[in-house]
This record gives sequence, C-alpha cells and structure tokens, in this order.
Amino acid sequence: MGIHATADPGLIMTQSSELLRIEGASKSFQLKPMFGAAHELVALNNISIGIEAGKALAVVGESGSGKSTLGRAVTRLFHLTSGRISFKGKDIATLRTRPDKLDYLRSVQMVFQDPFSALNPAHTIRHHLERPLMLHARLRGPALNTAIHEVLTDVELDPEVTLHKYPHELSGGQRQRVNLARALAVGAELIIADEPTSMLDVSIRSSVLGLMRRMKETRAITFLYITHDIATAQFIADDIAIMYAGQFVEWGKPERIIANPQHPYTQLLLSAVPDPAVKLGGGGGKSFASHAETVRALARKPAPQIMEVAPGHFVRKVEFAD
Amino acid sequence: MTSIVQKPLVEVKGLKVDFLTAKGLFTAVKGVDFSIDRGEVLGLAGESGSGKSTIALALMRLHRPPAIISEGSISVDGEDVLAMSEHRLRQWRWASVSMVFQSAMNSLNPVLTIFEQFRDVIVQHTGKTRRQARERAEELLTMIGIAPSRLDDYPHQLSGGMRQRVVLAIALALDPKLIIMDEPTTALDVVVQREILEEIVALKHKFGFAILFITHDLALMGQFADRIAIMLEGRLVEVAPSTDLIANPQHDYSRRLWASMPLLTRG
Repeated sequence: MGIHATADPGLIMTQSSELLRIEGASKSFQLKPMFGAAHELVALNNISIGIEAGKALAVVGESGSGKSTLGRAVTRLFHLTSGRISFKGKDIATLRTRPDKLDYLRSVQMVFQDPFSALNPAHTIRHHLERPLMLHARLRGPALNTAIHEVLTDVELDPEVTLHKYPHELSGGQRQRVNLARALAVGAELIIADEPTSMLDVSIRSSVLGLMRRMKETRAITFLYITHDIATAQFIADDIAIMYAGQFVEWGKPERIIANPQHPYTQLLLSAVPDPAVKLGGGGGKSFASHAETVRALARKPAPQIMEVAPGHFVRKVEFAD
Repeated sequence: MTSIVQKPLVEVKGLKVDFLTAKGLFTAVKGVDFSIDRGEVLGLAGESGSGKSTIALALMRLHRPPAIISEGSISVDGEDVLAMSEHRLRQWRWASVSMVFQSAMNSLNPVLTIFEQFRDVIVQHTGKTRRQARERAEELLTMIGIAPSRLDDYPHQLSGGMRQRVVLAIALALDPKLIIMDEPTTALDVVVQREILEEIVALKHKFGFAILFITHDLALMGQFADRIAIMLEGRLVEVAPSTDLIANPQHDYSRRLWASMPLLTRG
C-alpha cells in the first residue's frame, strides 16, 4: 500500500504490451448557450490508463460522467485540451501522413449503442460488409465473397440467410453482430463499444456479450467497453475503471473492486445494482436519495491523491468534509 | 393470499388483441388472464415484441388501429372498461388509471413549462382554477423531491432523472388507483433508477395505488414487484409471487430468461 502523487499516475500501470495508452487526458468544452453566460464544462479531467493488447477495459459511469467523451477522444473525433493518447506507442495527435491516419482509423473501430441507426436502412447487409472490405482490404471477386462469409461466420450469423437481408429484417442483437462484423472486416485491433447492449433485450444481451468475449479471447481483439452497467462490465472486462464527473475514481481488477469497493461512489453504484434477493423500500425513499446526493457532491470534488489499495487496485482519496 | 374476500382492482379475462395488417391478422396478445389487487405491484416481463406494451395500452384503451381488442374483458374497480363511452373514458383515464411511458424522458412537451403540463392535467379533470392547480402542482413536486421553484422551468432545464420524477408526479396528480409503468427507468443509470424506485415505493405506501410494472430487467422486477407475470409471444406462461419465481421458476422460458441475465457476482 502506498500513496502516489498526482504527477505520475500513468507510470503505475505502464507496461510494454500496451496497445493503447491514455496519458493525463483532459477535455473541456466551451458552452455558449443561446441564453445565459458562456461557461466551461470539464468532460475529462486528467485521465490516465492503458489497455494491453487482447484485453478489455470497461469504463463504468453514469450519463454525463464523460465516459463517451473518452471513447470519442480515442477515435480522434476531436482533440484533447491537454494530455496525449498513444496507440502502439505513437501519439495519435501527431499522425500526419494519409497511410498513417488510414491505418489508425482501420485499427480502431467503434460500435454504437443504437444498432438501429448505425446501419443504413436502404442497403443490404452484404453492402455494409462489402464496402469496408473493398475500401480497406481492396478485395474483389471471389476473395471478397469468401471474406464476407468469413466475417459473418465469425460473429455467429449464417451468411446464406443474412447477406441479402436489410437491417429492418434483423433483430437488435443480429444488427449489433453485423456492426461487430463490420469492425472485424477492416481488421480492427481495438473496438470501442459504447453501450453496445443497453438497447437490447436481456435475453439477447448476454449472447452479444458472449460473442465479444470470444472475439477477445480467440482473436485477441482489444475492447474499450463503455457502459453504465457494472454487471455486464464484470462479464467482459479484465480491468474496470469507475468514472464520475470526468475523473476515474477507482480502477483495477473487476473482482477486487466489486468485492472491496473503496470509493464512496463505487460503493453507491454497487449498492444500487438490482439484486433480486433484496426487496426495495427497506430504507425509505428519501434516505437513499440524500445519501446519493452526498456521495455525488463528494465525488465531484477534484481529488488529486491516488492510493493503491492492493496491487493493481487504485482509488482516489476523498476528503470527508464532516 | 389475504385478499380473497376483497375483489381485485383490475381483472383481465381472455384478453385478445389483434393487429389488422396488410399481410393479414396478427394476434399480439393471445388470450391473457390476470388480476391486480389494490396496492399490489404486478411485474410484467418478456422480450420486445412479446405484447407487454400492447397489454398496457389496451388496459387504458389507448390502443390505436390497426390494433383492436377482439375478445375478452377488462374491469377496473368494478367498471367495465371496454363498455365505457368516449366521454366517460376521457374522465376515467388519468383519474383512475395513469401511465408512465417508456420514453418518459420525451413525454414532456418541450415548449411548455413544467407547470403548464401539470395545469393541463389538473384543470381538464377537476375544473380547479389556475391558482389551485398551481398549489397542487407545488405539492406534487415537493412530494417527489424537486423544489417547487422549478415549476417555471422548461423540460430541457431538468436532468433525465428529474424529468422522470416530473412525469411520475403528473401521473400521481389525480390520485389514481393504478399506475401503469412501461419501462420507467430503462434509460437511467442504476443509482438514479434506485432513487426513483425507492421514491415510488414510499409514495405507494402513502397513497396505496397499485402498479403494473413492465420491464425486461428481471433483477429489478424481483426487487420491486409482489408478483411477476412472464410473457412469451402473446401469452402469459407463468404468474407467481416474485420470491417463488426467483427461487423456483416453473416454466422453461422463465428459467431461460433468468439464466440469460448478466447478474453481478459479488465476491
């Protein structure tokens, strides 16, 4: 157990096999509403973490915590205010040549929350898979056909049945599989999955999660899994980071964090996960809400001190006011 | 099992809902029987497309063509819902049975203040004056833990959780006997979800309304509902007290539904 200063939280987890490294990433947005004063919103506040190749990192947080901003920053949808993100040791902000940029865009793919709007309703599934293979892998003819069949089989869909269908003819789970197939088709090494299962029925949610886990285990695909559901995060992730108000409040191995949560926000989050064995209404409505409010206020404060609770389990130290 | 003498609040018998589509008749609800006691929470679980929401709409006769109720009976508080006149139906909706919709975040009108949305419901149904409606709206907001000063805000000025609370307060405005909640917290994160559900439990203790709770989150349903009904392709395959359904699901589909839940394993 030891206390580390804020300057080097990144050094704690640095390892050579890391595919992605985020170092002191901060992002603030200048909000200029039509009415009212302009103000600054800090979406990411000094985030540092790395993902090893073939592993999955889950970022768990509520809406507005900045978890999606993190995913977008990794896909280069915007530039960081400060800090850097490196992929295979190269700072992604310094990619200048077209081949470099293309290579990065190919290697890092995103799967979105809404499988319904992520596919073009006017085109068949074949079209959705053909294009990335033609544009990135430059495949034509029989080779293209074989590749399409391969990626569909990889995501456990029957190519004969699926290829000629349109997105509306597939279920949400099947569509999310097509999105994963599309990421595989271009040869993605890192897939950023932003709430990929939250719009799916529970009965198909676990099958999509299972597929993602198999993609990770058998094909060494690296995942950045963004979610508000810590139960699904536990299912797929090797490392978990709990995010609140733009900062990681606790991170490490999921089993450690779930068994021994240190940060009050993590404790609150875990206590709120539905547990069918516990009936609601024991504590009374107001008491849970006021407790949640206290914890939120506490977690919102910048807390520069990081503590290592156990090897590989870190928590931000909170200052209790009372 | 104490309520044998008391007649249940809601009795649905042999309910069948058909959709008249271009491809022919599609039966979404295939003869469903269930009842809800006063003050009881009945959970309705099932996949999308199993007919859960169709039942919810049919209960309030809010289903629209091409959907038609072709068979069965619905009685709420001793009154035959299917026999009501349009005029009676307008009075009865919201006063006896109100609803919190799936996309509750979007069920507020973005160009009206929160107060206007309360006023709409209260004045329509009770003929109260604007001032009385204001008092009632303030009382309702306080009850669900929002400062009454927010009444003059527009929906976009509130967070998702607050909007959800406002929708709930509007559903409570006329002291209904039954509130239908169709996936009320699906879009919210677990902490806010818990805050709102605790709130609902407390309010239920106070006012004694019954709830028809629709969700596909079985773990949540186990925490919240007294009885759970599992729906598959338009039929209820199992109805049981929630403790029994969790500990000992009888139907094969209920078991599969449980097995597919990614539950948190606490170390």
